[in-house]
Amino acid sequence: MIKLLALRELRSLFSAPSTWFMLAALQFIFAWFFLARMDAYLELQPQLAQLANAPGATASIAAPVFNVVALMLMMLIPMFTMRAIAEERRNQTLPLLLSSPLSSMQIVLGKFLGLMLFLMVLMSSAPLMIYTLQLGTPLDQGLLWSNVLGLILLSASYAALGLYMSSLTNQPVIAAISTLAVLLGLWLADISSNAPDSPWHMFSPLFHFQNFNFGLLDSGDAVFFLSFSSVFLLLAMRRLNNNRVYG
Amino acid sequence: MSNATPALTLSAQHLKRSFGKQTVIHDVSLQLHRGEVLGLLGHNGAGKSTTMQMLTGCLTPDSGSIAICGIDLLREPTLAKAHIGYLPETPPLYKEMTVADYLTFVARLHGLKAEAAPEALALALQRCGLNDKRNKLIGTLSKGYQQRVGIAQAIIHQPAIVILDEPTVGLDPTQIREIRTLIRELGNQHSVILSTHLLSEVESICDRVEIMQNGKLIYGDTSARMQRYGQISGFTVSLRNPPALSELQGIVGVTRVEQMTAHEFRVLHALEHNPSAELLTLAAQQGWHLEQLTPLQTRLEDVYAKITDAETSHAGESN
Repeated sequence: MIKLLALRELRSLFSAPSTWFMLAALQFIFAWFFLARMDAYLELQPQLAQLANAPGATASIAAPVFNVVALMLMMLIPMFTMRAIAEERRNQTLPLLLSSPLSSMQIVLGKFLGLMLFLMVLMSSAPLMIYTLQLGTPLDQGLLWSNVLGLILLSASYAALGLYMSSLTNQPVIAAISTLAVLLGLWLADISSNAPDSPWHMFSPLFHFQNFNFGLLDSGDAVFFLSFSSVFLLLAMRRLNNNRVYG
Repeated sequence: MSNATPALTLSAQHLKRSFGKQTVIHDVSLQLHRGEVLGLLGHNGAGKSTTMQMLTGCLTPDSGSIAICGIDLLREPTLAKAHIGYLPETPPLYKEMTVADYLTFVARLHGLKAEAAPEALALALQRCGLNDKRNKLIGTLSKGYQQRVGIAQAIIHQPAIVILDEPTVGLDPTQIREIRTLIRELGNQHSVILSTHLLSEVESICDRVEIMQNGKLIYGDTSARMQRYGQISGFTVSLRNPPALSELQGIVGVTRVEQMTAHEFRVLHALEHNPSAELLTLAAQQGWHLEQLTPLQTRLEDVYAKITDAETSHAGESN
């Protein structure tokens, strides 16, 4: 059942022309940044070669690219999650799901899974581009995969938040703007607090992504992402249940 | 599902529902048997749609219980909902999907196995006359066809109970006739509840009728018996050269005559004795120049009025 809903969600995302446009635009930005980083690296390479423990290609090209992808996802995920439930409500298709033999949990998880599949397709271009470097140089697989894992967890938390926001309203645009506002707010609170032990760092998904970006796998970060996602998914399920109660 | 379906497919007891301070449904109880078509008749805003939303699990009642094929809808919603097919007021269609894809999705959503889906799809397409539209995008179909897709999604998984909220709205007369035939057919195998504000619809397809007004069921009986309530024996007649009112009243069988305009009269008569033949002869003899004679149409208002009249006279003391 969850798979069925996820596939339908994926299909509806891919049937919208705007999705393809955004995929193309995003790919262009990723590629641009990737090439810019590569240029800079090639320029610096002679000097780096003289250092004893110089950063390799993965650390100087891949990590910054992933960092940019993470930042871009913050702006873009709200655009993809906004329609998930709000549009069902606006088009009055929600009764189909509510009257079908599905629990709220199945509905929310199905939508979430569909979004995640889509986001993985969207993100997959970044590691693929970086893998082309392997033609000329060995890559640090550990760093690469920790970044990929971090990116997946990060987008899961963004998608869960977006899904919850989408469940609150019947206007997709409002869902998108409020998701973006929360994500930007968390991020700004994070980068503007200077104290290293400031509690704001704790709540910012991007802050927790930094360790993955450096190749550090910290179970604390993973727990943060998992609990952040589950809290908002649970809230979304609750909202759908309330939909039946409050109409 | 043939023999296992109990005779009573749906039983709702004492449903109540309010939105904020406004109570929309007051103590509604409904029962539906297998192979029965129940019409929920009422004006817009009478609470028909809200009742249907509660019966399909889209809305939780404040109090009361609903059993679908003996399964409690509120306690075991997923089990109970597998037996329901529901067409809301606005058909829940994904406009970007093709008809066949959409119907297959709905069938699978209601628990049909992947192997069983094509067969169910073919049957639903054929029943709703959608065979030549199967690969069209739903968004490109006309309103009438979209309505048919809506009906198809409600019946594709062969549910025990089909709940249709105003199924014939927005259709042209031919389509209405086809859909009514279809609903009648469905009534042979499934239980059907349909809501409508058209009296003729109830008369032509329903076995039983419940009339709803201001969130209450004010009348429930077989539709044949309801028609008696609704029947008004009378006609309007327009005469270019009308005689005195008393002359019309004098015709045998006429109980009451009202003058509507200078040339138009509303003539009521006893059920057993229709005086229209005599009126025609008289009109020809006396030169009244009869232009038009139309039997009175039963209107929902008349039925309401009669029923509420009857109710108040029955319950006169208790008030």
